[in-house]
Amino acid sequence: MSDLFAARSQMAVSLAFHIIFAVVGIGMPALMVMAEWRWQRTGDPVLLELAKRWAKGTAILFAVGAVSGTVLSFELGLLWPTFMAQAGAVIGMPFSLEGFAFFTEAIFLGIYLYGWQRIAPRAHLLAGIVVAVSGALSGAFVVCANAWMNAPTGFRVVNGQVTDVDPIAAMFNAAAPAEVVHMTLAAFAATGFAVAGVHALALRRGTVHRAFHRAALQIALLMAVPSALLQPLSGDLSARGVATRQPMKLAAMEGHLRTGPAALVIGGWPDAMTLTHRGAIEIPGAISLLLHGDPTASIRGLDAVPLADRPPVTVVHLAFQIMVGCGMVLAAVALWTLWRLRRRRRGYGAPLPDDRPFLTALVVASPLGFVALEAGWTVTEVGRQPWIMQDVLRTADAVTPVPGLTVPFVGFTLLYIGLAVTVAFLLWRQLLKTGVGEVPVGMTGELPVPAALLAMGTVPVSPAASDRP
Amino acid sequence: MSVEELTWTLPHVVAGVMVLSLNAYVLLGGADFGGGVWDLLARGDERDAQRSLIAEAIGPIWEANHVWLILVVVLLFTCFPTAYAHLATALHIPITLMLVGVVLRGSAFTFRSYDSNRDAVQRRWGRIFSIASMVTPVLLGVCLGTMASGRIPFTTALAPLGGAPHVMAPAAALTFADRYLWPWMGSPFAWAVGALTLGLFTFLAAAYLTVEAPTPVLRAVFRRRALQAQAVVVVLAAVTIGIAALQAPLVFAGLTEGRIALAMHLVTAVATITCIVALRRDRFRLARVAAATEASCLLWGWAWSQFPWLIPPTHTITALAAPRVTLTLVLSVLGVGTAILLPSFVYLFRTFKGGGSSFNPS
Ligand code: HDD
Ligand code: HEM
Ligand code: HEM
Repeated sequence: MSDLFAARSQMAVSLAFHIIFAVVGIGMPALMVMAEWRWQRTGDPVLLELAKRWAKGTAILFAVGAVSGTVLSFELGLLWPTFMAQAGAVIGMPFSLEGFAFFTEAIFLGIYLYGWQRIAPRAHLLAGIVVAVSGALSGAFVVCANAWMNAPTGFRVVNGQVTDVDPIAAMFNAAAPAEVVHMTLAAFAATGFAVAGVHALALRRGTVHRAFHRAALQIALLMAVPSALLQPLSGDLSARGVATRQPMKLAAMEGHLRTGPAALVIGGWPDAMTLTHRGAIEIPGAISLLLHGDPTASIRGLDAVPLADRPPVTVVHLAFQIMVGCGMVLAAVALWTLWRLRRRRRGYGAPLPDDRPFLTALVVASPLGFVALEAGWTVTEVGRQPWIMQDVLRTADAVTPVPGLTVPFVGFTLLYIGLAVTVAFLLWRQLLKTGVGEVPVGMTGELPVPAALLAMGTVPVSPAASDRP
Repeated sequence: MSVEELTWTLPHVVAGVMVLSLNAYVLLGGADFGGGVWDLLARGDERDAQRSLIAEAIGPIWEANHVWLILVVVLLFTCFPTAYAHLATALHIPITLMLVGVVLRGSAFTFRSYDSNRDAVQRRWGRIFSIASMVTPVLLGVCLGTMASGRIPFTTALAPLGGAPHVMAPAAALTFADRYLWPWMGSPFAWAVGALTLGLFTFLAAAYLTVEAPTPVLRAVFRRRALQAQAVVVVLAAVTIGIAALQAPLVFAGLTEGRIALAMHLVTAVATITCIVALRRDRFRLARVAAATEASCLLWGWAWSQFPWLIPPTHTITALAAPRVTLTLVLSVLGVGTAILLPSFVYLFRTFKGGGSSFNPS
């Protein structure tokens, strides 16, 4: 394995791992706030229990998000020192803002977790809202930084040196709005469907706590359905941006190999060498029509640039299809949700906990949001290759001169696999104990404020202690 | 003050802010690592009580404490990007090892506390947690020590953009070991700083735990440990200065020349003595303040000793700073952020210290 490839793989593994926890950190606070808000409106104790449980789940995942994020902020320098030496001054600002978003999130999560009985209900709900908003903001800030790699602005290169730095222009680069919207929706859709799937599974298996799981399912769908419906629209917006700013990424995504009218290529296996597709269904002119309203409009294909400037088409094309495929399935499930809601309003059909085909669909759809998320990032990142900063700096020129990078790559990969297995195991054990089988309503109760905390006068800002017996 | 002067001092302000947040990290995050060491060293009948006291003290705060480190890194790569690039290259190996420690410490701790089952799995996580707590501070200290003693090979200037050779084109004839291992591995000074860092964190944890201990027995345990750790810190500090005299003349000069250095030594000595006396007289809150002061003085002593160099002995803080716009913007962000965060911290504090809000759920 070459050092460059090892570095890219290590970056990919670290980000793919972190993004799962980051997304949960954006989605879960929104869910718990919705549950609490409903509780305050209706006074239904089941909803309070739900808010507390979701808060507890958020707590564990937050810790893994924090450590994996720390690794990333060092890895930017460990793996891509040249990139950071040039980019740091230009794009560091959103990262600094993100730092403050983390602080805010941590402080108010502490208040939220430990403050159920210490502050007024309104203030408590407000603390939850601050957690949710700062979580979403911290995601938006990093994505601005990532968008800048796709559409670098806010500086000039004079004699190979970055000058005329304008961090604000860099942060609000042309690619940022579409990426931020698409990413935020992705976080809500992925978390919403994942949570909905867990509760749908409980209902499908049969449980004595139907009211609990039903309430959970309703709230999760409330978040998942609108996001899943908006996601294809926002994806279309992203694709249009890519078409103008990164034509080769678009060509790789769509598997558009030769310049000319672009077909919609479904399935198959693009061959980068011979520039042909094997076994694909092609709808001639469809992409040209979508982008330019004219099926004969010519679009640049991969052959428009030399081999060295082309992204790896197979990976990008497949990943794009996986994302869009998952997006379509999720949108269809969302439409089904609306359709059966309408029917229920008119008095037809089974109530939610008894609608087995629908519950089955939810269980099946449960992981798809996360699959789309990983696939989408693969499209964005691999599709940008061979550039680390589009048209400015090549990935190969940015990599660290340190040799033997296979060693840290293998090491971190094993470490992350270990962590992932452990987290899954712990969550599953917790779920078996209390989730899918029985939900002892009222058992979670108050999260205790540790005595040491009061004695010390320090501030509780991490939830890790909350699960100690 | 003219605009020129302001331009000149801006990088120093940012560097000062970085040392401040490193200071916060040492006082808050450092003690969390120290707690892990005491977890490993827990002995006697009270062993389990000691461990759960430590867990309770760390549990709710380690993540927030951890953000200070992230802040330092982000400020470094935004405001001194070239320095970040060079440090991350020369210290690739110790930083990577330190990161493994960071990951294992945080997640093992969380996993251990997440499950209520007291089984073998949980004990294993406990062991990983405490070993990682021990290794990570040493590596952190090694990195700082290597940097301070001027052993970072800063070979070439920034490479131009656009396919040009590497930023850090390997200086000819340097072997892998010369470039990536010996600067830190072969430096007794760096390892002395590593040991001192570990000692300091351990000492801080013991001093804090005396205040937090719920029972007289536990308090006595940590009082004894704080005194022992204090002795170790004094010895390690002396050894470090001794090695500096032989091996790191720059640091040694910084630490021994001039009035400010002298004043710093004086404050450190007063804090150390205060801490020892306070511990002996069971004035634990005072001891905690003194311990924190002592640790801060040591940190600022290091910072002062390498001033005005960022990467001694070749590159100053000013030389490596990002353009002025970036620094100004980051400082404004820091200002606005602090304006939001401070009231939030106060609110949090008042919420949990009682007194402030009196909401009472009947
Ligand atoms: C739940 C997750 C999810 C779902 C259902 C979709 N996407 Fe997506 N997509 C993402 C999650 C995602 C992502 C992981 O969040 C990305 C990576 C970078 C970004 O901004 O969002 C992304 C990137 C991304 C890009 C590349 C943007 C760039 O490189 O700048 C395009 C063109 C699309 N998406 C298009 C779509 C379309 C047409 C979809 C139709 C259904 C779709 N996405 C569904
Ligand atoms: C969290 C979601 C993200 C995922 C899953 C992700 C995924 C990836 C992948 C798969 C690669 C390897 C591409 C290749 O070399 O073929 C990569 C590279 C990289 N990513 Fe991302 N990325 C994410 C977000 C970000 C963000 C927010 C940034 C920075 C602001 C970033 C910076 C980089 C850098 C510097 C590289 C290495 C250079 C390169 O290969 O282009 N990524 N990432
Ligand atoms: C698109 C990609 C990314 C998104 C959406 C994202 C978002 C988030 C969010 C929401 C959190 C806090 C929630 C939690 O801890 O569970 C988080 C944590 C963190 N992220 Fe990311 N992140 C991304 C990529 C990155 C990158 C590239 C870096 C490194 C430069 C990074 C650095 C961090 C750090 C240091 C933390 C821990 C902060 C803490 O202690 O709370 N993230 N991220």
